Amino acid sequence: MKALFFQAPRMALMGAALMAAGLLAGCDAPPQESTQSGYRGTGAAQIDNKARVQAKREANAVPEAQPAADASGDKASKAYQNVKVLGHLSEGQFLRVMAAMTEWVAPEEGCGYCHNLDNLADDKMYTKVVARRMIQMTQEINTNWSSHVGQTGVTCYTCHRGQAVPNGVWFSDKGPQTAGSAASPAGQNMAAPMIDRASLPRDPFTPLLLGKEEIRVAAATALPTGEAGAPIQRAEQTYSLMIHMSTGLGVNCTFCHNSRAFSSWEESTPQRATAWYGIRMARELNNSFMTPLQSTFPPHRLGPEGDVAKVGCTTCHQGVNKPLYGVSMLKDYLAELGPAPKQ
Amino acid sequence: MTMLSFEKKYRVRGGTLIGGDLFDFWVGPFYVGFFGVTTMFFTLLGTALIIYGASQGPTWNIWQISIAPPDLKYGLGLAPLMEGGLWQIITVCAIGAFSSWALREVEICRKLGMGYHVPFAFSVAILAYVTLVVVRPVLLGAWGHGFPYGIFSHLDWVSNVGYQYLHFHYNPAHMIAVTFFFTTTFALALHGSLILSATNPKAGEAVKTAEHENTFFRDFIGYSIGALGIHRLGLFLALSAAFWSAVCIVISGPFWTRSWPEWWGWWLDLPIWR
Repeated sequence: MKALFFQAPRMALMGAALMAAGLLAGCDAPPQESTQSGYRGTGAAQIDNKARVQAKREANAVPEAQPAADASGDKASKAYQNVKVLGHLSEGQFLRVMAAMTEWVAPEEGCGYCHNLDNLADDKMYTKVVARRMIQMTQEINTNWSSHVGQTGVTCYTCHRGQAVPNGVWFSDKGPQTAGSAASPAGQNMAAPMIDRASLPRDPFTPLLLGKEEIRVAAATALPTGEAGAPIQRAEQTYSLMIHMSTGLGVNCTFCHNSRAFSSWEESTPQRATAWYGIRMARELNNSFMTPLQSTFPPHRLGPEGDVAKVGCTTCHQGVNKPLYGVSMLKDYLAELGPAPKQ
Repeated sequence: MTMLSFEKKYRVRGGTLIGGDLFDFWVGPFYVGFFGVTTMFFTLLGTALIIYGASQGPTWNIWQISIAPPDLKYGLGLAPLMEGGLWQIITVCAIGAFSSWALREVEICRKLGMGYHVPFAFSVAILAYVTLVVVRPVLLGAWGHGFPYGIFSHLDWVSNVGYQYLHFHYNPAHMIAVTFFFTTTFALALHGSLILSATNPKAGEAVKTAEHENTFFRDFIGYSIGALGIHRLGLFLALSAAFWSAVCIVISGPFWTRSWPEWWGWWLDLPIWR
């Protein structure tokens, strides 16, 4: 009894120490770095962990550009058969962008990932059909979406990063239907990584980045007017999308908003306008490029609801507010992937 | 503020920490002491600087006057007066005034031969303030992480800093602090109503005593913490609320930079259901 009496506090102390160590182990060890994103004293700041920023910078290093190609010489459309999108390039430029795409999308598999190696012009492989459409998508972004991508532009690498299927794509997701009382009709309470595992609707993407449902849910008046505002489910859906944007870009809410009035453009940062265009851009890419490719993809590339992989914020941003830390890879591929020439 | 006749009896010399007999006197009902003088000094200087700052600002609207901390670019250095330097001096004045006030409480306790529970309790409030404007900014490397001195502006700061972590209600220390704040008001309501019920019997009946109070709670929930115990509990609850408030803000940034919802990943990753 006596031994037990003396041991009990020691055990409790050890337990407490273990618990504290466990909690600390999950922490972001100092030092941190912070940047201001609003007037001083408003609490608008981005705080990140120095070690993690360093790791992110290394992961987002840009691959070297392919050696420059001769812009003169035969056009690709003359030199090769069945060149539908890049026919305006010289043969050298055409081969250069093919080599770059291989490095960016299928470095292991090589040309054979998209091409029938016995007949490179053959369109039988679905990957080739998809790749052609994706080149058009890249050109569309660089031509018509400078409101979002500025002069930095995008290349295949912005999303693909050496992988056939980019990280951070999304599928429509109704969630497990057998979760019983844990699952709410709004798809809440089943943690999903794309929304930072918050207890919010797990698929805000289908209504907001494929559909055109309203994102703005804040009331326009201080007091209720008797007219029904947006239902709570819409507010949660918006919050869920915002969590996705935040983690996808590696920033917090104050990067775009002053939280005293989220909806007020006057009190928001310029980045909010860029993000506004980004949402419209994601909608267009999903509706004009991804969804029409649904029947082209084999079933194993489709999601649980049988839909094609679609674009969200993380797909390009990969946890960084300017993809690849704002380095423009497009400037080395302007002829190949820049604004498409007028036909 | 009339002076009670027996107060003179307790107005004894001594017990001072600094200044010996020099400041050992009263002004009306107020004990002065060395720390009374420093309290006045820091309070008047700090308030004057706030008024000066307001005069240089865009508004005299009491709700909107704001003295903002420096930009983050000044780090832990001194900022120009009108670009946060004023905030830095006012912060020094505030800490000086609060600490002086606590030490004046200590001197009064010593005079009266009491324990130091009141200054200790007040120190926890000072700790919370110092955590906000000194400890956390130092850990993050810039005075600019302090909060602005203004009625609305400090609320806006609280809101934005909460949203730096996407959803502050997921902060575990914030949960504990909020729980303590609610429990404090709950305990105070139970205690206050019990005392008033014992001292307000039906007309013509004698005022009830501690026996009735204890019996009420034993009948009610099977246990009465007792006349002294309720005050120990109350102090513990209130100080815990302030303490965990300080913890919840000092871990936000210096020890956790991501969203607070994400912190709960350890729960989702527990081996039993992962």
